[in-house]
Amino acid sequence: MFKMTEKRKLAEKEYEIWVEAPRVAEKAKPGQFVILRTTAFGERIPLTIVKTDPLSGRVCLIFQVIGKSTAELAALNPNDRLQDFVGPLGMPSEIKNYGTVLLVGGGVGIAALFPIVKGLKEAGNRVITVLGAKTRELVILKEECRAFSDQLIVMTDDGSDGNQGLVTAAMEDVFLRETVDVAWAIGPSVMMKFAAKMAQNYDVPIYVSLNPIMIDGTGMCGGCRVTVADSVKFACVDGPEFLGTEVNWEEFIQRMKQYSREETDSYEAYIRQVNPFGEKKLQQNTDAGTGAGNPVE
Amino acid sequence: MKRSYNKTPMPEQAPEIRWNNFEEVALGYDLESGILEASRCLQCKDAPCILKCPVMIGIPGFIKAIKEENIQKAYEIISRYSNLPAICGRVCPQEKQCEMVCRLGQSKKFEPVAIGKLERLVADWALEQPVEKVERTFHKGKVAIVGSGPSGLTAAGDLAKLGYKVVIFEALHTAGGVLTYGIPEFRLPKRIVAKEIERIEALGVTIETNVVVGKTITIEEIQRDFDACYIAVGAGAPHFMGIPGSALNGVYSSSEYLTRINLMHGYQFPTYDTPVQKAAKVAVIGGGNVAMDAARSAKRMGASQVTVIYRRSVEELPARVEEYHHSVEEGIEYSWLTNPVAYLDDGTGKLAGVQCVKMELGEPDASGRRRPVTIPGSEFVIEADVAIEAIGQGSNKVLLATFPELAVNKWGYIDADEETCATNVPGIFAGGDIVTGAATVILAMGAGKLAAKEIDQYVTAKEA
Repeated sequence: MFKMTEKRKLAEKEYEIWVEAPRVAEKAKPGQFVILRTTAFGERIPLTIVKTDPLSGRVCLIFQVIGKSTAELAALNPNDRLQDFVGPLGMPSEIKNYGTVLLVGGGVGIAALFPIVKGLKEAGNRVITVLGAKTRELVILKEECRAFSDQLIVMTDDGSDGNQGLVTAAMEDVFLRETVDVAWAIGPSVMMKFAAKMAQNYDVPIYVSLNPIMIDGTGMCGGCRVTVADSVKFACVDGPEFLGTEVNWEEFIQRMKQYSREETDSYEAYIRQVNPFGEKKLQQNTDAGTGAGNPVE
Repeated sequence: MKRSYNKTPMPEQAPEIRWNNFEEVALGYDLESGILEASRCLQCKDAPCILKCPVMIGIPGFIKAIKEENIQKAYEIISRYSNLPAICGRVCPQEKQCEMVCRLGQSKKFEPVAIGKLERLVADWALEQPVEKVERTFHKGKVAIVGSGPSGLTAAGDLAKLGYKVVIFEALHTAGGVLTYGIPEFRLPKRIVAKEIERIEALGVTIETNVVVGKTITIEEIQRDFDACYIAVGAGAPHFMGIPGSALNGVYSSSEYLTRINLMHGYQFPTYDTPVQKAAKVAVIGGGNVAMDAARSAKRMGASQVTVIYRRSVEELPARVEEYHHSVEEGIEYSWLTNPVAYLDDGTGKLAGVQCVKMELGEPDASGRRRPVTIPGSEFVIEADVAIEAIGQGSNKVLLATFPELAVNKWGYIDADEETCATNVPGIFAGGDIVTGAATVILAMGAGKLAAKEIDQYVTAKEA
């Protein structure tokens, strides 16, 4: 069992948690992820490692509530325990001094982008970071990213922060303005797909971090297989980062929908068990007696 | 009393009942049937059955004890050789091992003694007895075992009995390897696996789950902290045929399909959170035990039609005969001499069917089996909304990639000495499927026993 030590609400349906997992905290590198299970009935879900604190043996994750498992995770409180927590998994990002790098994060994908921003800055790169989200509230980790960026550009759909528009517009401005040696884009599939196209137009290699359905996360089932440069790769062990221009996006996006019906059914059944605010379960599932009754936050 | 020609029958769930549930099919002998079956044994002095058992259980001895109604004694005999008898009694291919050479079975009229079923009777009895917690002193040293499958568990049990402090590192959240995620509940109930593992832990073995060696901890750390290490990570990386349409929704590796069902309890969705796609028509590709397991699981998930696609004929089928018979009783259909060439899209990215060709058998290949050859112009389609590829597994590179000093052979398996389990790195031993490629539970156990003996010798020599 793995103790959650802190929880913070970052935005509507977005949470930051810290979990005690000393071995993971010691080994994790930018770009890697963990797989966790909240309860003994739970499914294994992958989440990117955002920050680590090796001294206290803790790992920070940021997630968005999109279904039952993430809702259940969001309903836990500090001192509650997660059933399982394994990592760090996947290949680390290729961190080195490239010169000038462009980093693009969309929505909750900003969480996965942040450790790469930090790693690349510490490796001596000139770092330009573009953060995109629907509205101002969803531009998470803005100050953290700013601290490790030479330039920070914010794009929102509604113009409530930074410029109004898509991240690809900001990318194009940068490409027209200066030479970029390599880029990263992490966010929703469609965003990554178009970011890859934009980078291709300007001959800039671009890495994306794929988030397909995973089960074990250690290369033993192939559930997360993706087609990259016409060959089959397992995102959990060969990735999760690949060159965006080599990914078969149509196939990737299609495979993400495999269980949409089951996911909806499961989430709706879960919501029927929680109060109308959707945040606190009426019945604590495993660890009772840890401040049950405290609302989230 | 006259010796019966046939094995004493074991009660089973009726096919039309069991294909709706995941409960165990074969229900086990009671004591009376066990004694009856035990009395068929000829008690051969030179017992050929012992030599054909990969862990060389004293078979006539334990059978004699059953006949004398001394199950405790029978259990003591078996446990001298095997740490997982309730599992082996269920999943060993006895017809290719101990029972194949049974002298009774060599005569024309008689079936061999049902050695596996008798082993199971004894082991199941023992699992009902309270676990004795023996306080052991671990004076001989510390051994790390990577992987908690049958090979790792066996080595761990033997090493603990020898006086070693043993820690098993397991990547998944539950121990057992293929016993837990691969072989289904209806052949090997998970409570039996859990109980056998409890027995190993009662010997003083520590199992640390959620540890991926190579990622969570490194081999270097193991070399620093332990006197020796046994790598038994299995052959868990699925092969795909790589035919067009492999990425369609509904196309699974057997590893994924069975992991969702067995490890994640997908058949109990939504009580458990992991879903498995429900399908009306399922095609399973392959002819081994894994293909049988996948096909029979699909039937239990509610499929009205399950077809096993195999490129050779029934004579070449590598699966256990008993499982094949069970599958036929449960209504699994077979398309023999058939090879898939493409998966067909229903227009929305989902599987609509499997395009196949018919095969005929040509000259024998290196394995001695007649090689299947495509019949030109024989294309046809098997309708399916789920297809499961059970065409074998290879070595998983996660650990090996982080330990390049370790020698591997041209197939990517660890190059370990078959006689000693020793690798090219002193103190690092390896066995089971990661050395041999995908084989059987009992062979993996045999390697575990061997490794324990060799590790003991190695550590003892090093200390001296």
